[in-house]
Amino acid sequence: MSNASEMRFSDAEQMGLSFEEWQLILTRLGRTPNLCELGIFSAMWSEHCSYKSSKKWLKTLPTEGAQVIQGPGENAGVVDIGDGLAAVFKIESHNHPSFIEPYQGAATGVGGILRDVFTMGARPIALLNALRFGDIAHEKTPHLLSGVVAGIGGYGNCIGIPTVGGEVNFHSSYNGNILVNAMAVGLAHSDRIFYSAATGAGNPVIYVGAKTGRDGIHGATMASAEFSDETESKRPTVQVGDPFTGKLLMEACLELMAADAVLSIQDMGAAGLTSSSVEMASKGGLGMEIDLDLVPVREEAMSAYEIMLSESQERMLMVIKPEQAETARAIFEKWDLDFMPIGKVTDTQRLVLLKDAQIACDIPLAPLVDDAPEYDRPYRPEELQPVLSTAQLEKDIPLDEVLKKMLSSADLSSRRWVYEQYDSDVMADTISGPGGNAAMVRIHNTDKGLAVCTDCTPRYVEADPFEGGKQAVCEAYRNISATGAKPLAVTNNLNFGNPEKQDIMAQIVGAVTGMGKACKALDTPVVSGNVSLYNETDGMAIQPCPVIGMIGIIDDWRTTIGAGLQQAGQALYVVGQSDKTNDGWLGCSVYAREIARREGGAPPSVDLEAEAKNGQLVREAIAKGIASSVQDISDGGLLIAMAEMVMAGQCGAKITPPDSGSLHGWAFGEDQARYILAVRDAGEFAALCAGHQIEAVRIGETISKTELTVGDLPPISKEVMVAWHTSPIPALMG
Amino acid sequence: MRSAILIFPGSNCDRDMMVAVERITGRRPALVWHKESQLDPVDIVIIPGGFSFGDYLRCGALAARAPAMEAVVDHASRGGAVLGVCNGFQILLETGLLPGTLVRNSGLKFVCRETRLAVQETIETPLLSNLATGTELVIPVAHNEGNYFADVALLDSLEQGGQVALRYVQNDPARAANPNGSARDIAGILSANGRVMGMMPHPERAMGNGHASEDGREFLTSVLEGVAR
Repeated sequence: MSNASEMRFSDAEQMGLSFEEWQLILTRLGRTPNLCELGIFSAMWSEHCSYKSSKKWLKTLPTEGAQVIQGPGENAGVVDIGDGLAAVFKIESHNHPSFIEPYQGAATGVGGILRDVFTMGARPIALLNALRFGDIAHEKTPHLLSGVVAGIGGYGNCIGIPTVGGEVNFHSSYNGNILVNAMAVGLAHSDRIFYSAATGAGNPVIYVGAKTGRDGIHGATMASAEFSDETESKRPTVQVGDPFTGKLLMEACLELMAADAVLSIQDMGAAGLTSSSVEMASKGGLGMEIDLDLVPVREEAMSAYEIMLSESQERMLMVIKPEQAETARAIFEKWDLDFMPIGKVTDTQRLVLLKDAQIACDIPLAPLVDDAPEYDRPYRPEELQPVLSTAQLEKDIPLDEVLKKMLSSADLSSRRWVYEQYDSDVMADTISGPGGNAAMVRIHNTDKGLAVCTDCTPRYVEADPFEGGKQAVCEAYRNISATGAKPLAVTNNLNFGNPEKQDIMAQIVGAVTGMGKACKALDTPVVSGNVSLYNETDGMAIQPCPVIGMIGIIDDWRTTIGAGLQQAGQALYVVGQSDKTNDGWLGCSVYAREIARREGGAPPSVDLEAEAKNGQLVREAIAKGIASSVQDISDGGLLIAMAEMVMAGQCGAKITPPDSGSLHGWAFGEDQARYILAVRDAGEFAALCAGHQIEAVRIGETISKTELTVGDLPPISKEVMVAWHTSPIPALMG
Repeated sequence: MRSAILIFPGSNCDRDMMVAVERITGRRPALVWHKESQLDPVDIVIIPGGFSFGDYLRCGALAARAPAMEAVVDHASRGGAVLGVCNGFQILLETGLLPGTLVRNSGLKFVCRETRLAVQETIETPLLSNLATGTELVIPVAHNEGNYFADVALLDSLEQGGQVALRYVQNDPARAANPNGSARDIAGILSANGRVMGMMPHPERAMGNGHASEDGREFLTSVLEGVAR
């Protein structure tokens, strides 16, 4: 790179800026930026920080509702959950770092999302994740899977926040670009939320937490570029996590907030000190002056550029009440953390940085944030996939053999190997942890429970972005409803390929539009989120994966139920299905991929009205104590859901397929808006369905033997199914 | 019934244990910060789980040298009762209040799952006073280093001396009983005087009331009633 005083376009290009963006910087500054300034522009204008390709479409998402206290734009979204309490939550990706260095990439992903939540004044109470790996047979998959899982556990377990849920899937499109999305949920008093906007010119700006090193320099820019064969040489741009310091920082910040000393606070996440200082000052409509010589560093001779662009972890920037400075210092000393006044809020609307008693940077804030480029990228949707009929996909294979293949397939097999590496019980408020529908955590010391989940079905999104976007929301909605909780709001993580390609941009547009439509219909506004683009390797894009993280609330956690069958002699119903149904939607299903060996085809369509109605019915059946177990029907269809209820339960099931039609279509079709319920009183349940004018078909009953019987076929024991289900991942991982 | 719970930087089960003890005894335990070198008189000191000092250097090694641990050693030397759970067990081994060591799980992975424990025939101890030998308890574990290790002579002497308090036994027939490779399936041990106990499973996470098991409550009730006598 050329000398700091004479930056050229080639330098900007190396930092990921286009020629037009370089020209814009020259115009806005009226001069050539120095290295530090250029670094700041490139980080703030990176896709990761500016959302320049997606902003136009993100603006179309519904973000408002009676329950919303804070929508997108802050460190995390905030939702009212009653009794003066608020849930604070967000999901964020750490895809690129995790592919380069799986343990640290995943660990720092967890650390980062936790900071986003406790920065708002919330104590984190649950962690979730959404992971995508390459083909299970790909040579890198075991290494990446074990590293990522260990990293997630390594951070979450140590800091002591339970990892209660998530999803893991495999597909060859992720061979060279895995997805690691981490979500955190916290609890705060709704009148004690902390924001990032700086206030009061002259107030001190304080740096707290770990020292700044040379790790992760310019990580946000790396996260905004495509992968190539050279990527693994980028290891130095991956940050290193320190969950112990993270824990101390969390406790110290929460203690400081309780002491009423904090005016505004922002974590140093992507683009480190750059984004935190710029965002705090610009949101407050103010300026900031920082003396970089005062920043606690752990390496010698760090330049202004390095200090500003470092992504060292476990750091925060805050503006505190000047009169509380000594209280604040004492709290950080108690926790053995650095506490260093490094500058002050100004009214200049400029970011001024001093280094070695000279001005290292002096730039107006407006262009960095408000004038950040925003693109209306052209898009060209691919032609919709044809509808595949059951006749095109059904294979003449015995049902039990299909069930075995499906239950032991990479995507449907048990994730026990994964989630047993996460401490899912710490904090002692986990009512139901991983392995079921949505997880549920108790609101400490109350009757209330918070249901949480993450969901996305990338193969649907790839085949039809609009329907796939809708489906991701609806599947989350069903998972929350199946616990009895009322869905409240979502956070989303949009993982896509290169938006400069028109077909990829069309995926983004379609998925965001579908997602928005579903969130509106289901009254689950989007309150926070993250966008991860350029998920490509050597020009090959990932299957698009717009992950939904959803939360819901239940008034009394004691009323929640699980999927496992509890008692023999109960009627089994499928809600959302008629008694005439004798086939199912196999196109784009797990059956099509695993059994018919065919990917693609139109995915099942999503009826938002039916989703809302059926979800309401299920929640009511749970609240009234009519249902004793519930499982939503998703990947793999009815029979997989039924098998899961037997495997998780105390008794078995005998179900009767229709006399005519396609057995495989009926058993493995993935038609949406459906649930299986075991009910205590069939009459009462039928009346409830009639009252709601919802179709439900009785398919069988629970039996005392722990086995699954389908019509006249020989029963399959729970033990056999559990063995099919639990063996694949341990077998792979050794 | 007076109790104290130690808190180190990185402890993360301190609140859970406090809630559990308070629910059983109706009295909130004293919370003792690691820098404090004095301990008010109590019937039992509980060292909770977590990652004290990040588990850096070696689990429990730094915490064992904290001022509060000197007070705990004093308390134990006067015959005071001590219970260490998970990281607390590791700390007790590092201070030498209990013999042996805990090494990395044999699976080389963190493990969080339900385990079934059987109460062993032990020397006289107030900590297990309400629990008959052979009582089985379902209590979860969550740890990286819970693999109890000692040489044959020490293991033999622990067994012969009635210092093995809890062993893992079969829970799910499809899985190994022992979650971590622990020598002789040991889940918890006692000091030679029967007044200091360390265990890997987390009784505070099996308190009923939403937890999958209520057996931890039965266990802790026995401990707390035993030391209050």
